[in-house]
Amino acid sequence: MRGSAWTPLIHAVLIANALLVLVPMVIMGLSAFKTTREIFQNPFGLPAVWRIENFSRVWVEARFGTYIQNSVLVTVLSVAVLVAFGAMAGYALGRFRFKGNDLLYLYFLSGLMLPIRLAIIPLFILMRNLNLLDSPWSLVLIYAASGLPSAIFILTGFFKTLPADLDSAARIDGASEWSIFTQIMLPLVRPALVIVTVYNAIPIWNDFFFPLVFIQTEARKTLPQGMTVFFGQYFTDYATLFSGLTLAAIPIVVLYVILSQHFIRGLTAGAVKG
Amino acid sequence: MQTSRRLWLIAFLAPSTILFAIFITYPILSALAYSLFAWEGIGRREFAGLANFVRLFSIFPYPRLLANAFAHNVIVFVLTMLIQNGLAVGLALLLARGPWGAKVYRVIFFLPVTLSLVIVGFLWALFLNPVFGVVNKGLALAGLGALARAWLGDPATALLSLILINAWRWLGFPTLVFLAGINAISEEYLEAARIDGAGEWEVIRRIIFPLLAPAVTIIVILTFIGSFNWFELPYVVSGVSGAPNRATDVLGLLFYRTAFGEVDTGLQDIGIGSAIAVLMFLVMVSVSTFGAVFLRRREVEY
Repeated sequence: MRGSAWTPLIHAVLIANALLVLVPMVIMGLSAFKTTREIFQNPFGLPAVWRIENFSRVWVEARFGTYIQNSVLVTVLSVAVLVAFGAMAGYALGRFRFKGNDLLYLYFLSGLMLPIRLAIIPLFILMRNLNLLDSPWSLVLIYAASGLPSAIFILTGFFKTLPADLDSAARIDGASEWSIFTQIMLPLVRPALVIVTVYNAIPIWNDFFFPLVFIQTEARKTLPQGMTVFFGQYFTDYATLFSGLTLAAIPIVVLYVILSQHFIRGLTAGAVKG
Repeated sequence: MQTSRRLWLIAFLAPSTILFAIFITYPILSALAYSLFAWEGIGRREFAGLANFVRLFSIFPYPRLLANAFAHNVIVFVLTMLIQNGLAVGLALLLARGPWGAKVYRVIFFLPVTLSLVIVGFLWALFLNPVFGVVNKGLALAGLGALARAWLGDPATALLSLILINAWRWLGFPTLVFLAGINAISEEYLEAARIDGAGEWEVIRRIIFPLLAPAVTIIVILTFIGSFNWFELPYVVSGVSGAPNRATDVLGLLFYRTAFGEVDTGLQDIGIGSAIAVLMFLVMVSVSTFGAVFLRRREVEY
């Protein structure tokens, strides 16, 4: 039964599912270049004229340039903070024996179970009291903090697997703790740093919930949040809407095409062993 | 331990510990405590015991809203398990046979998982528009015009449409998790069974399924947590009130409306909102703990 008669059927199912994924994306991409009238009359065909000006309208009038800039800023800062802090904590927890080690590790891991969004009311009040409402820092702090459990979980595990004599040899040579960490240890856990980055960066880039609650000023909104503003303004202008959707999808799709294996390994980390 | 070593340890651990304590532990504990106080706007008043929970379960319209939203979360979980994860097992079994182009299929299937639910939701809202959307136009072209309807405007199909949109976005995730689970099964077991004359279906049923249990456990728990965390998709597609006529209302939306106010009714009640949060919290933590223990017990060791 292996191979042979079943092969065409297997491919038929797999191709059908691939089309189910790709056709909506292609229709979106093609519609982005059409006029609204053309989208209604000829939804499945190629555009008669490829209107690139649709995109410049979205970029400038609908402030996509600003939204994307804000999203990049928030994502990069959050991931930088959580990877740096997570690596430091993972190193200490993974390679030093001290009182309270296991307890502290479990304390961080408890964050994997707790749905932090349910604490949005106290978080809102906390941010207001810290004068951080409507500031990108409110997002950076909550994203960095909520990414720590997964980062510490993944990195502690990696640090533990490194041979024990690595750091003792360096210590005998008189290297400082900080240079052992940055020069010797960090380069060795680079694969884990990539996983932690992907695992956190994509959900942060895509998040809509925290900006919805924390950010009010137009010019500070992130891309997913800006999309809802944009859809409210242009709700009958299908050409502009499809251009906006396409433009919003492009950064992640391009990155995914280049780095798909890292994306898959990073995003399924935690659900797939090893 | 020498002092300098200890100072280094503190320096390495302090940033994470402080950040986590202030922005995770403190808000979560506060959220639990808030449900026990009376509120006026966002001002906390006196200790109120379980009064918020009593109101949530007894004063109109909360019991009905709560039951309605809870039922929808349960429906989302059950149908996502059946449709999305059922399909995912099938696709994973096909991919595990290593057909030509399996790598490309993997990459394509996983693509929507990386897209924001906001993009996915708006895209399908445009596609499902009753007059201008490609779904009804496509049905008409295929001679199935009779099936065309206002998918998102009809209470009978609105929630199902959202579940299918969500499955479109997530399908690649369980597929690749199951695929990794199947690939982790030693080839010896499969060969041994085949030599013993087991048919393809028997190999799947008696060898692959039992050994796939760890992956199933993880996907069941993640699907459950995901279903009870539903917010973005209904918010973007159906609005904060769960249109039409609360047919797509879920606990996440109800919680958000009671916490931050609803446009159409202006109903804001932080006491009730906090009580809803605590209930959701208990449901999610207890079911995922129970699930992890109970489902894990059925896993086969090898």
